[in-house]
This record gives sequence, C-alpha cells and structure tokens, in this order.
Amino acid sequence: MQVEKFYYDNKIVRAFGLATILFGVVGMLAGLWAAIQIYYPAASLNLAATTFGRLRPLHTNAIIFAFVGNASFAGIYYSLQRLCKARMYSDKLSWVHFWGWQAIIAAAAITLLMGKTTGKEYAELEWPIDIAITLVWVVFGINMFGTILKRREKHLYVAIWFYIATWVTVAMLHIVNSIEIPVSALKSYSWYAGVQDALVQWWYGHNAVAFFLTTPVLGLMYYFLPKAANRPVYSYRLSIIHFWALIFIYIWAGPHHLLYTALPDWAQSLGVVFSIMLIAPSWGGMLNGLFTLRGAWDKVREDPVLKFMVVAITCYGMSTFEGPMLSLKNVNAISHFSDWTIAHVHIGGLGWNGFLAFAILYYMIPKMWGTTLYSKKLATNHFWLGTIGIIIYAVPLYWAGFEQSIMWKQFTPEGQLKFDFMQTVTNIKPMYWARSIGGTLYLTGALIMVYNIWKTIAKGRFIPNEEAEAAPLVKETSHKKEYWHRVIERKPVTMLVLSLIVVAIGGLVQMIPTFLVKSNVPTLASVKPYTPLELQGRDIYIREGCYLCHSQMIRPFRDEVARYGDYSKAGEFVYDHPFQWGSKRTGPDLAREGSDKNRRPDSWHYNHMYDPTSTSPGSIMPRYIWLLKNKLDTSSTPAKIRAMRTLGVPYPKGYDQIANADLMKQANQIAASLKKDQIETAPNKEIIALIAYLQRLGRDIQAEPKPVAINK
Amino acid sequence: MKFINYLEKVSGVDFMGLLSLTICFMFFAGMLIWVLKTKKSDFKEVSQMPLDQSN
Repeated sequence: MQVEKFYYDNKIVRAFGLATILFGVVGMLAGLWAAIQIYYPAASLNLAATTFGRLRPLHTNAIIFAFVGNASFAGIYYSLQRLCKARMYSDKLSWVHFWGWQAIIAAAAITLLMGKTTGKEYAELEWPIDIAITLVWVVFGINMFGTILKRREKHLYVAIWFYIATWVTVAMLHIVNSIEIPVSALKSYSWYAGVQDALVQWWYGHNAVAFFLTTPVLGLMYYFLPKAANRPVYSYRLSIIHFWALIFIYIWAGPHHLLYTALPDWAQSLGVVFSIMLIAPSWGGMLNGLFTLRGAWDKVREDPVLKFMVVAITCYGMSTFEGPMLSLKNVNAISHFSDWTIAHVHIGGLGWNGFLAFAILYYMIPKMWGTTLYSKKLATNHFWLGTIGIIIYAVPLYWAGFEQSIMWKQFTPEGQLKFDFMQTVTNIKPMYWARSIGGTLYLTGALIMVYNIWKTIAKGRFIPNEEAEAAPLVKETSHKKEYWHRVIERKPVTMLVLSLIVVAIGGLVQMIPTFLVKSNVPTLASVKPYTPLELQGRDIYIREGCYLCHSQMIRPFRDEVARYGDYSKAGEFVYDHPFQWGSKRTGPDLAREGSDKNRRPDSWHYNHMYDPTSTSPGSIMPRYIWLLKNKLDTSSTPAKIRAMRTLGVPYPKGYDQIANADLMKQANQIAASLKKDQIETAPNKEIIALIAYLQRLGRDIQAEPKPVAINK
Repeated sequence: MKFINYLEKVSGVDFMGLLSLTICFMFFAGMLIWVLKTKKSDFKEVSQMPLDQSN
C-alpha cells in the first residue's frame, strides 16, 4: 500500500507549551501572594484589585484554565496527531483555539481583578467570557474530531477516549452551570437560586476537577508515560475499565461538597455512595500507571520525566483516596470549611496536575527542538524542590484544618463553646506561614524549569513541521465476530455520544428531582426578597469575594448552632441568585450575622470594614477602605430588580422604577444610625449597602413560627 | 422542614433511579464481560500505539 508522507504541527504545541509555562508562573505567584495575605493582610496593599477576595479567583482560574488548560492542550495537540498519524485537521482552527483561549485568560485576569464575578467558584467569569469559552471550546472540538476522522490509524488509543470525554463533558458542565441572566455588560445573576444553584454549582465544580483536571491529564498519562518509559501501558484491559467506570461514577459525586447543608438528604447520600465507589477506577488508573514502570524503575532514577510522573501518579492516588474519605459524612464533619480541603486540593493541583505538566514539558520540548534537555541535574533539583514544597505546603494545612475544626467543636464542662472563633484562627497562623514556604519552594522549582527550558531551546533547533509516514486507512467491509466495544473504539462519534449519555445520567438523576422540588417547596412565608439596598450590598459582597472566606451555611451541629444560631434551612435561600454558601471558613459563618443573636451595631460593621483589627483584635481580614469612599452605583438598580423579577423573585410589577426611592430611604436610616455613633458618612456610599445586606442576614427566619412539640 | 417530604410528591422519582441503575449495570456488565473475554493478544497491538517509532 502507498505510504503517505505528512507533517505533524509542532508550532501549535510550542505555543500552548510556552503559554503553560508563562501562566503557570503567574498563577503560582498569585497563589503565593494570596497565601501571604492570609497571615499578613497588609500584603493586599489595601487595594481592591489585589485583595484576597479578588486575587484568589485569579489564582484558581489561572492555575486551572491557564496553566493546566494550556498544558493539556499542548499535550493533546502533540499526542493526538501522533496517535492518529495525521496533522491537526485545520491549522487555522488550531490558532483560533490558541489565541481565543489566551484572550479568554487575559479577559479573565482583568475582569476578576476588577471584581467582575458571578460568585460561583471556578465559574466566576462573567457572561460574555462564558460565551467566548463556549465558542472556543467548539472550535477545539471541531479541530479534534476533524483530526480523529482523518486519521490513519484504525483504532482510537485509550488516551483519545479521555480527550473525547473531556471535551463533551466540559461542554455540558460549562453550559448548564453558566446559565445566567445578564444585567449589564459584565454583570449577571445565576438562573438558579439557593439549593438548586448549590447543586448545579458543585456538580460543575466537582466535575471541573474530574473533567478538566483529571480526564485530559489521564489521557496524557496514558500517552506520555509509555512513551517516556518505552513500554506499553501495564494493562490495556484495565484502562478500558478505568475509562468507563471513571467517567460514569465521577459525575455523580458533586453533592459531597454539600454534606450537612440544606441540600436534600437523598442527594447527599448519592454523592457519598458514588464518591466511595470512585476509589475503584481511580486506583485502577493509578496502579495501571505505576505498574507500567515495573521492571523499569532503574530508568526512574535516571530520567527526570519519569521522576515527575511517578510523583504525579502517586499524588493522584493519594488525592483520589483522600477524596472519598472526605466524602464520608463523619470525616466531612471535621474537614469541611477547614484548611484540610485546601491541603487536599493542592495534593492534586501541585502533585498530580503540576508535576504531570512539568513531565510532559520536559519530554516534548527537547523532542520538538531536536535536542536533549539542557540539564538533567537542574530538572532533578526542580523535582526535589517541588516534592519537598508539596509536603511543606500540605502537612501544615492538614494540621491547621484538623486542629481548627476540633477547636470549633469544643465545649466547656458548663456547656459553653470553649473557644471563640478568633482564637481558632490565631492559633493556626504558624501553619499559614509554613504553607507559604512550601509554595515558595514549589515556585522556585518552576523557575528553575523556566531557565532549564530556556537553555534547552537555545541549544536546539525548532522543528516546526515534523515529518512522518503512514499508510492511509482503508475502510473495512466486515466487522463480523467483533465485539461491540471493539467497534466503538473505532467510532469517535459513537464514543462521543456514549460518553455524553454516560455522564448525563448522573447529572439528570440528581438535578431533575431537585428542580421539580422547587415547585413543591412552600417557601418559608417569612422569607422575603432583599430590599434594593440589600441587593446592591449583596452584589458588593459577591464582588469582593467575601464568600471565599465566609460561609453562609450553618450545619446542624451542636457547636455551629451554639455559635451562629439555628441551622440553615433550604427555604431561606430561594431568592439567592447566586447562592453564597461558601466552601471555606477563614472567617466565621455569616448566615445569621444580622439575627438578634449575632446582631452588632451598624457602626461596628463600618469600623470593621475600615480596619478589622479595630473591632476584632488579631483579625486576619483585609481592610476594605474603598467601600467607605466609593459611591454606590444606583443606576443599576432598576435593571437588577427587573432581572430578579424575570428569575421569579416576587417584586411587585413596576417596582424597578421606584426601587431607588426605597433604597435611599433605607440608606438614610443607616447613615442616621451611624451618625448616632459619631460616624459621619454620606448615605450613598457602598459601605452603607453592604451594612444593609449584612444586617439582613438571618433575620427573616426569626419571624417563622416555632414548631410546637406535641406530647402524646 | 425536610426536603424529602416534598420529594414524595414528585411522581416517578423512584423510576428514574431504577432506570439509571439498570442501564448502568447492563452497560458495565457488558463492558466487563467483553473486556475479560477478550484475549490479551488482541489488546497488544493497540497498547503499542504510543510506542510506534515514527511517533
């Protein structure tokens, strides 16, 4: 048969690879800066843009979508061409994908620092960027499927299945979770409210981990590990089971982020059960990776690429064991809202994602420049700095999480809470210092890599188009005696549809009943929509990322009820677009901040925002000085009220036109109350709106009639 | 106030759970049977794909 000659496109791989390095360093710097602010709040520079609440989303988005995203694209463009024995379907689409993605990253960086956020973790980007992501993702999909369809290999190697599942599932997750109603060019409200919003968000959030940080990276593992070790994967059979079981089970596990919350019990239980089951495929994959190296461990000693891979896969195994454990309700009762979660995430992020990204960069770059790595020694130093960095990062945070959580729960023999919240914070400050040292080591390692790669590039000569030869694919007429799966393996579109069905089932089964429930939930009669001023204040709360350190979800535990008030009920959140339950308590819960039990004077909040240590000595909260100066933008009020009405919030018809009058009335009241405490401020400042919102939290439910116990 | 009470009013919730369990069980059973029945040698060719020297 005539052999065809063709060329692999290395230019696009180079572009994504270099972007990976750039955004990796930027993302890690943002992370380190945010980490330092936790024990040294003045590091925020007292500027809105660089304060933790805005820097943290920048860090997470940069690492997930810019660093790991670009690394995955680099690896996919490299391996897909070679596994399909074909150049990418369209160079033009490759570049639209590349520049589109980088433009999204730039837009994300700017808007996040401006405080433009939807307030949903890892989905913070506002609606125009969401649309851009969808379009670029479609371009990527067309390019990927085009390549697969014109391939010269009969079978689709297992790595490609992972790429296909990634594409289809991320598309589904992104679209469903991003349904929002625009209020202005860069502001929108989530279509969902309260419990439903929480369920959709964590279905998305968890599966962003699964299908953006895990499946594409597993695909890369299945290609680059055999390549680097020069031996086939330990068990191809296991890889098939790994694939189907993983994508099916993962999608169900989201509710484990919402244990003990107001989410219905059945959904929590489903999340727990599936999370436990996840150990099986995850560890199947990990063992498959590690066993691939059996008999080749001597190579690990020599080759930095394999070193990074071994630790990456080990970290994958550790996080995927820890994840299910954290999903057990009794463990979650301790870990949730604490630094334990942060430690867990970083074993996955620094270990699995970071190290695998470094491994493929160290593998691909010398190959594409037709040379060898400049210095194996430097790469080994990078490896050790990174590994030690991970340990010094994670261990103190595990300690901090466990210790703080235990302190939260302690009572004196008299039945009082033993520690106030501040004591539990100041106690773990040393752990926060240690964590940032670990992060610094890891970042230093990455900078060594930048130098090493720079020198490698300098000594090599880039091969933009790599020559290859292969026979074209001939169509087979008979597939007799073949099993159905063998047939699927050749059919990318069937694969796509099957993957979609498999992942859609989990989402549908969890969501449909929860949504149907909506019509059946008698909203608590006492729970009323926010006033216009409170709504504006809530948007400031979202803008400043308060939810990143404060939860609004009191779990039904003795200590939480004693500390914050009655546990949170589902019906309390029906007007919350988006929900603000949070996932971390660096500061205390705020769900009942305005209730009679917790209420503080308006002036307390005013002083607290100006300088938290003035009201709460030892506080690690940053100062929000600009809220005292900024004028509240009331021109947006009518559009916000209209949007909320569209979403079903029962403001009276035509209320949008008179809302600002009510807003000013309430603002004047707060300004007057501040004046009583010797604080002179104009009523049209942002701080007034924020105070209004904080003082509203947890008030409505107080009017709810208490259930009467009946003695039979 | 328990959510589960309202769920009882949603008809067909049980059916959805059972249906998805059945579909998934059958899919996984089918896949497992196939994977375990297939000879190792059949997988050998595919698993060699990344190692192709021209790649």
